[in-house]
Amino acid sequence: MKLYCLSGHPTLPCNVLKFKSTTIMLDCGLDTTSVLQFLPLPLVHSPRLSKLPGWVSKDGTINLEKELKECAGRVFVDSQPEFCLPEKELLDLSTIDVILISNYHCMMALPYITEHTGFTGTVYATEPTLQIGRLLMEELVNFMERVPKAQSATCWKYKEIQRLLPGPLKDAVEVSTWKRCYSMQDVNSALSKVQLVGYSQKVELFGAVQVTPLSSGYSLGSSNWIIQSHYEKVSYVSGSSLLTTHPQPMDQSSLKNSDVLILTGLTQMPTANPDGMLGDFCSNLAMTIRAGGNVLVPCYSSGVIYDLLECLYQFIENANLGSTPFYFISPVANSSLEFSQIFAEWLCHNKQSKVYLPEPPFPHAELIQTNKLKHYPSIHGDFSSEFRQPCVVFTGHPSLRFGDVVHFMELWGKSSLNTIIFTEPDFSYLDALAPYQPLAMKCVYCPIDTRLNFHQVSKLLKEVQPLHVVCPEQYTQPPPAQSHRSDLMLELQPPPMPYRRCSVLGLPFRRRWERIQLLPEVGPVATHLSDISILLSLVHHSAVLKNQPPIVQVLPLKKMRGSAVFFLSLPSQHGITEVKVEETTDGHILHLQAEDTLIQLEEDGTHIVCDDNEPLRTALRDLVLRFLMKL
Amino acid sequence: MARVPKVLLRGLLGLAVTPGAVTLDVLEGAGQDVGRSCILVSIGGKNIMLDCGMHMGFNDDRRFPDFSYITQQGRLTEFLDCVIISHFHLDHCGALPYMSEMVGYDGPIYMTHPTKAICPILLEDFRKITVDKKGETNFFTSQMIKDCMKKVVPLNLHQTVQVDDELEIKAYYAGHVLGAAMVQIKVGSESVVYTGDYNMTPDRHLGAAWIDKCRPDILISESTYATTIRDSKRCRERDFLKKVHETVERGGKVLIPVFALGRAQELCILLETFWERMNMKAPIYFSTGLTEKANHYYKLFITWTNQKIRKTFVQRNMFEFKHIKAFDRSYADNPGPMVVFATPGMLHAGQSLQIFKKWAGNEKNMIIMPGYCVQGTIGHKILNGQKKLEMENRQTLEVKLQVEYMSFSAHADAKGIMQLIRMAEPRNMLLVHGEAKKMEFLKDKIEQEFTINCFMPANGETTTVITNPSVPVDISLNLLKREMALGGPLPDPKKPRTMHGTLIMKDNSLRLVTPEQALKELGLNEHQLRFTCRVQLQDPHSDPDTLSRIYTHLKSVLKGYTIQHLPDGTVMVESIVIKVSSSAEEPNTKVLLLSWSYQDEDLGSFLSTLLKKGLPSGLSSM
Repeated sequence: MKLYCLSGHPTLPCNVLKFKSTTIMLDCGLDTTSVLQFLPLPLVHSPRLSKLPGWVSKDGTINLEKELKECAGRVFVDSQPEFCLPEKELLDLSTIDVILISNYHCMMALPYITEHTGFTGTVYATEPTLQIGRLLMEELVNFMERVPKAQSATCWKYKEIQRLLPGPLKDAVEVSTWKRCYSMQDVNSALSKVQLVGYSQKVELFGAVQVTPLSSGYSLGSSNWIIQSHYEKVSYVSGSSLLTTHPQPMDQSSLKNSDVLILTGLTQMPTANPDGMLGDFCSNLAMTIRAGGNVLVPCYSSGVIYDLLECLYQFIENANLGSTPFYFISPVANSSLEFSQIFAEWLCHNKQSKVYLPEPPFPHAELIQTNKLKHYPSIHGDFSSEFRQPCVVFTGHPSLRFGDVVHFMELWGKSSLNTIIFTEPDFSYLDALAPYQPLAMKCVYCPIDTRLNFHQVSKLLKEVQPLHVVCPEQYTQPPPAQSHRSDLMLELQPPPMPYRRCSVLGLPFRRRWERIQLLPEVGPVATHLSDISILLSLVHHSAVLKNQPPIVQVLPLKKMRGSAVFFLSLPSQHGITEVKVEETTDGHILHLQAEDTLIQLEEDGTHIVCDDNEPLRTALRDLVLRFLMKL
Repeated sequence: MARVPKVLLRGLLGLAVTPGAVTLDVLEGAGQDVGRSCILVSIGGKNIMLDCGMHMGFNDDRRFPDFSYITQQGRLTEFLDCVIISHFHLDHCGALPYMSEMVGYDGPIYMTHPTKAICPILLEDFRKITVDKKGETNFFTSQMIKDCMKKVVPLNLHQTVQVDDELEIKAYYAGHVLGAAMVQIKVGSESVVYTGDYNMTPDRHLGAAWIDKCRPDILISESTYATTIRDSKRCRERDFLKKVHETVERGGKVLIPVFALGRAQELCILLETFWERMNMKAPIYFSTGLTEKANHYYKLFITWTNQKIRKTFVQRNMFEFKHIKAFDRSYADNPGPMVVFATPGMLHAGQSLQIFKKWAGNEKNMIIMPGYCVQGTIGHKILNGQKKLEMENRQTLEVKLQVEYMSFSAHADAKGIMQLIRMAEPRNMLLVHGEAKKMEFLKDKIEQEFTINCFMPANGETTTVITNPSVPVDISLNLLKREMALGGPLPDPKKPRTMHGTLIMKDNSLRLVTPEQALKELGLNEHQLRFTCRVQLQDPHSDPDTLSRIYTHLKSVLKGYTIQHLPDGTVMVESIVIKVSSSAEEPNTKVLLLSWSYQDEDLGSFLSTLLKKGLPSGLSSM
C-alpha cells in the first residue's frame, strides 16, 4: 500500500492511495496562493495599474518590462493569474480509478486532473459539495473570462531568469506547473464525472474496497472518508470542524480502529479563535459605518459568509445598523444563497428543525426579504444605479487579484474612513494588499478558520486511536513564525509519518486475510477441519468458494499403536505368507520376507521399500492410508 | 380490529450452512387490499415493521392494524427492532401514533426528512377531522403525535444506517410523493427490499424511482396498478385539461379532491402552465391553509424533486404559483366558473366533502377524482356510479354533476414493476397493496418472465421464504499468494481457478489457510508416507552412464517437468529421487532406486512403470 503526495499545501491536499490494486485520489486541491504574484485584474480600466513601471534588473542585463511590473517596491507578473497545480509527473493520472472529494474547497483542481489526461474513472462527492463546488468554479472562470488578458507571461519562469528576480518571485515554487484557469467547458465535463453519495453510504469499488463518506462538520456536505476492506481500514481526514456552525456535526466515532489515518486540513490560524474573530468583525464593521465609511469584506461566495450573515442578522438591530445596505456581489451570489436553503439533510440539528416548520434554515432569507441584504451578479448593471453609501460589500475574490473586489479596492482604497476586513484565512493579507500600496483605507485582519486546531486534533486522535498517522510535514513542527510554540504541532506516539509534495510513502500494513463467501452448495462443514479444493471465482464482484472436487494431500497420523499387530494379519489374498516384526526405538519394522519388502512404521512417517510390484505396493499404500487421518 | 399484514423473514443464526429462511407476516391492509399498509418482516432474527398505515374506509377499530398479532401483552418495543415508514400518506403512516403511544413502542422509527416534516401535519389534520369534527373518542391526541415524532430518526437517501450491530437499512428514491423512499433491510448476507409506493416514470415534479442491482432475497412491491399499463401520460394530461377547459367554458365549477401534498402539486403545475399558455381568466383556488405551507415544503426539499425543477429552481421556483390562490369557504357560492383543489382526496370528510355537497346538484359542474378511492368512502361510491348518497342525519344527496376518474396517482404500473425487478434482480418477489385478481395476473407474468417465486399473501397470512445465505470465510493471503505464484502471472479475473487449502472452523469463524498452517495451528504433525521402489534393468554400461541415459530418456519423455542431474549421482524428477546401483557379480543388471512421497504418488507410480520397460537403445550416455 502506497501513498503518493501530489500537493504540498496542507489544507489543499491531493494524495493518491494505492490500496488492493485500486488507485484512489483523495481530494484535488488547487493552490491559488500563486495568484498573489500577479497584478490585479481591474474590471474597469485602471490608470494607476497601467502606469506601473516595468522591471529591469539593476545591471540592465535582464529586461522583462513587458512581463513584470513594479509596485511599492515589489514586482508582480502582468498576466492572467495562474494557479499552482498538483504534481502530474509522479504517477500516470489515467490509472486513477476514483477520486474522493471531501469538500468544495478541495476540488478546485478537478478539471486539470480529469480533462485531457486520459482519466476514465469516477469522482465521488456529496450533493452540496458538487453544487457549491460548481458555483465556485463557475465564479472563478467568470472572474477570469470577464477581463480577458491577451498577454501570457512565460519568460520570467525560466529557471535561469527566475533565479535573478527579486523576492518573493524568486522563491515561488513549481512555477513550471503553473497554469491558467480552465474553461467552463472543462468544468462541465469534469463535473459530469461526479457520482453523488450520501453520508454513511457504503460504496463498493470493484468488490475489493469499500469507501464511505462521513460528515466532517466543516462546510455544507463536507466529508471525511473511510477506505476499507474487510481487514484494513484507512481514514482520510480533511477539513473537519468541531465548532457548532451550520453544517451537520462531525462523525468522530466511525474513524475508530483505523490502521492508518491520513490527516490534512487543520486550521491555518491555530492561534485565532473563530468566535473572537467574529466579535472583532462585527465591532470593526459597526465602527466604520458609524464614522460614515464603507466596509469591504473579500470572501468566497459560500461557506463562512453564511455564518457572517447569520451573525449580522442578530447584530444589525442591536447595533442600530438597520438602515445600512449590505451588498453581496458575485456572479453566483443568488445561487449560493438559494442553494444554502435547500440542503436540510446536511445541516446541523437546529437548522433542520426549522425546515420542519417549514421555515428557511438560514436567516439570510429574511435579510433579503426585508431588503437589508441585496445581491447582484456584478458591479455592472442594477448595482451601479441602486448602490448607496455608506454600505457593507461582500465580494470576491479573497486574493484581491480578480473579481469585483478589485474595483472596490481602487474605489475605496484612498480614504481612511473605509475599512477592509479580511475573514478568509487562505491568503496572507499583507501580500494580498501589496499591489494596492500605498493605501489609506484601514485594514482589519479577522481570519475565521473553523477547522480543527492542534488541541482538538490531539484529543480526537486519542479517542479514535489510529495505529499510524500520516500528515503534511508542516504539522510535525511549529509554524516558522512561532518556532517556540511546541503546542502548535502534532506530537504522537508512534510519531506521524510526514509527507511533502512528491513524497511516496509506503504505508505500514500487514495484510493477512481476505474475505470470501462460501456458497451453501458446498454443503455443511462437518468437522472442525476439512481439506478442500476450491474454485475461486469472482461472481458479482466478490470472491466465492464453489464446489468440492476430490481431495488428497496431507496426512496427519491417527494413533499408530496396534497397527503393527494389524499388519501381522495382512490379508492373504496378496499371497503374503511370512512377516517378521522388529521393534525399533521409534516404532516397528515389518519385513515381508518372500516379497523382499520392508515397511518402516514410525510416529511421524511410514517408509515402504519394495520391488516394482505395483499391485502389492498400492495394496500396502491403501492399508497404511486407512490408519491415517485425512485432512 | 382488522388483521395486520405481516412479512416474516427468518434467517439463519450463526454459521450453519443449511439454507435459511425469511418470513413475512402481512399484518393489515398490505395484503390483497389497497386500504392500508403494515408489514412485519423477520430476517436473521430481527423483526422490522414496514409502514404503519390506517384504513381510510373504516370509522371504527378496523381502521388500525391488529397489533395483537405481534403480541397479546402490551408493548411492542421488545418485539420490534425498528419501524420504517416509506412515505407520508396516511395509509402508510396513519396508525403510527396509535402504535407507538397507545399500544406502546419506544424503539427507533425511521423515515426520510421530508416525511418527518410532513407526516405530523397530516396526522394532526386527520386527528382534527376525526376527533374535533366527528367527535370520536379513543383516538390519538396532538401530544401523542408529538411524542411519536420524537422517536423518529431521519433517514438520508443511500445512507447505510446501522440499526444495531447486525441490522442495516438503506433508503432509495421512490418518486410517488415528496420524500417517498424504498428501503433495503439487510442482516448478514440476507436482504429484503420494500418499495412502499413508487413510480417508475418521472412526472412534472418528481423523478423516477431508482435502485441498484442489490439482489435482495425478497422484493416486496406494491401492486396498486398491477394490471394496468397506463396510457401515455401526455394523453391523460391532455384529457384532464380538456375536461377542465370545457367545464369552465360553459360556466361550470370543477372540484378536484386531492391530498394537500403529492398529486396536488403535480396538478397545480399542470394547470398553472395551461392557464398561462391559454391566457385563462377563471380563478383557480386551493383549499385549506395547508397549501401555502405545503408549497413551502416543496421549495425547501427541492432536492427531492425531479432534475428539471432542481436545475432551474434558482431562476424560477415551480412552486410559486401565479394563478392559483387561496380558497375561502365563501367562494364556493360565488357565481361563475372556477376550479377548486380541495382536501381530502377521497371525499371522506372535510372541505372537499362540503364543497361537493354544494355543487353536486348542478349538472354543469364536474368533479375529477385524480386518485384511488378506498372502499367505503364517498369518492369510491360516486366513482361506482352511485347517484343517490345517504348522508348523515338520513338525508340523501342527488349526484347530478359529472364524475370523472383520472388516474394521476404516481404508482408503478405493471411495466414499472417489471422494470424495478430488472433493476434489483430479486431472488423472490412478494406483491402487496393491490387487489387479489390483478395481483394474480401480475404474479403469473413475473414468474414467467423472471423464473422467480412470486408470493401474494392475504392479510394476516405469514409467508416464509427460504433464503440461501452464503457463509463468509477468511482466506489467508499466504495461501492466495502461493496459489497466485503457482498459477503464473496475474489471474484473469473472469476465469475461475482451482486452488487448494484447508478450512478451519474455530471460535465461530471460518478460515481458509495453507495445509501447513492448519497443521501448525492445530498442533498436528504431518505423517510422511514414502515409497522406495527397486526396479531392475538390463543396461550394459557403467553406473554413471546408465544414470545419464536415464536422465536423457526422461528429458525426452517428460516435457514440462523439472528434471535435474545432480552431481551426487542422482537424478531428480520434481521431488522424486532416482539412484542407480549394481552388484560386482552382475555389472549389467542395474538396480534403480526410486523414492517418492505420497504427494507425488501419481508421478512416482508412472516413473516406476516407465523405467521397468527399459531404456530405448541408441540413447547416448551424455
